[in-house]
Amino acid sequence: MSKKVLELLTAQFPGAVLETHSQFGDDTAVLDPAVWRDAALFLRNDPRTLMNMFVDLTAVDYLWRGDVPRFEVVCHLRSLERNHRVRIKARVGDEEGNGAEIDSIVPVWKGANWFERECYDLLGIVFKGHPDLRRILMYPEFEGHPLRKDYPANRIQPLIPFRDVPNTGKLPPFGPDEGMSFGRQSHDFARSGPGASIDGDEAVSNGKRAGALEERS
Amino acid sequence: MGEMKAGGPSTRVVEGSEHGFATTRVDALLNWAKKYSLFQYPFVTACCGMEYMAMASPRFDMARFGAEVPRFSPRQADLLWVVGTISQRQAPALRRIYEQMADPKWVLAFGTCASCGGFYDNYTTVAGIDKVIPCDVYVPGCPPRPEAVLDGLMLLQDKIARGDRTPAIVKPREDPAQTTEQLIALQRKERSLP
Repeated sequence: MSKKVLELLTAQFPGAVLETHSQFGDDTAVLDPAVWRDAALFLRNDPRTLMNMFVDLTAVDYLWRGDVPRFEVVCHLRSLERNHRVRIKARVGDEEGNGAEIDSIVPVWKGANWFERECYDLLGIVFKGHPDLRRILMYPEFEGHPLRKDYPANRIQPLIPFRDVPNTGKLPPFGPDEGMSFGRQSHDFARSGPGASIDGDEAVSNGKRAGALEERS
Repeated sequence: MGEMKAGGPSTRVVEGSEHGFATTRVDALLNWAKKYSLFQYPFVTACCGMEYMAMASPRFDMARFGAEVPRFSPRQADLLWVVGTISQRQAPALRRIYEQMADPKWVLAFGTCASCGGFYDNYTTVAGIDKVIPCDVYVPGCPPRPEAVLDGLMLLQDKIARGDRTPAIVKPREDPAQTTEQLIALQRKERSLP
């Protein structure tokens, strides 16, 4: 239970804590983005909170809700000494996703570096003061931010041109009597007449197995 | 020494202590040699790698098929196993590996991700390696059974022996039991119903 942390935050930053809730034991404070780094420093350094473990940082795109600060940057913190955890959030960005900027907390917790890079890569949130803000999962040539809800999930951006041959979009047929046969056959050259196949079983030497396949097709 | 009767002309099998000769065609001989000396390049990217290891390990033992030697240099390999999901980011690397392999070379797509992208219909994944490099054998399945992969390997060897380069698919085998009665009969080790 870390409702006390929320109370301390509210007392420390009057007016900057927009809302708090403690649903399902997850104590959450929604902060003004302006105090993001100060709040992080306070939570790390204050002896009553001592949030010395940075757990996670990500963002959520609330496009479907139509909120004007469209993204919600979410950060989970934990104190190993005090054994409590807290979640802080900040809402940034307009409807188009522009102006989604927030202070980086890498100066506070070094481990936030790759989390913020991932957040920038996939959701396009710019972390001011980040030492090395570049894509971490997608390639640099990728345009856009794929985890935004207005990015079509199946829009590919290939790095190399695809082969220009027919039927790459289609695989050979899967029917039981179509396509190439299995390799379990005698590698005789095709002959005609009696003794055409060494094992004497035409069905097997054609790669087809007698029985159910023919019945089903 | 023995006689084999196959309903046609009899074939005399020459014992090792006897002298003899055989006639064949040069291309058939070369294809036979290629077929049983496949050097593999495992391009392993994802969970299918475990299945690949299982197939190389004693229970399924890929070494039985003359396709044992893994070479981790494309210059020394002639069979490229694409094992696992190929992302858009990896596609240039895959194509470079393929281009660095010396002819003659073959490609086997291991698993459904390599064959067609699998359930990844998204911005990350290449929907099948044939978008990037030509592919000889597709082994579907998530993961493919090792038997299916061995089928694919034998299918590829078959194609090499025939000199055939059209893409091929390892098709699912028929289920031996279509009905409950047949399943019960199978369990009783009886012959399945006609």
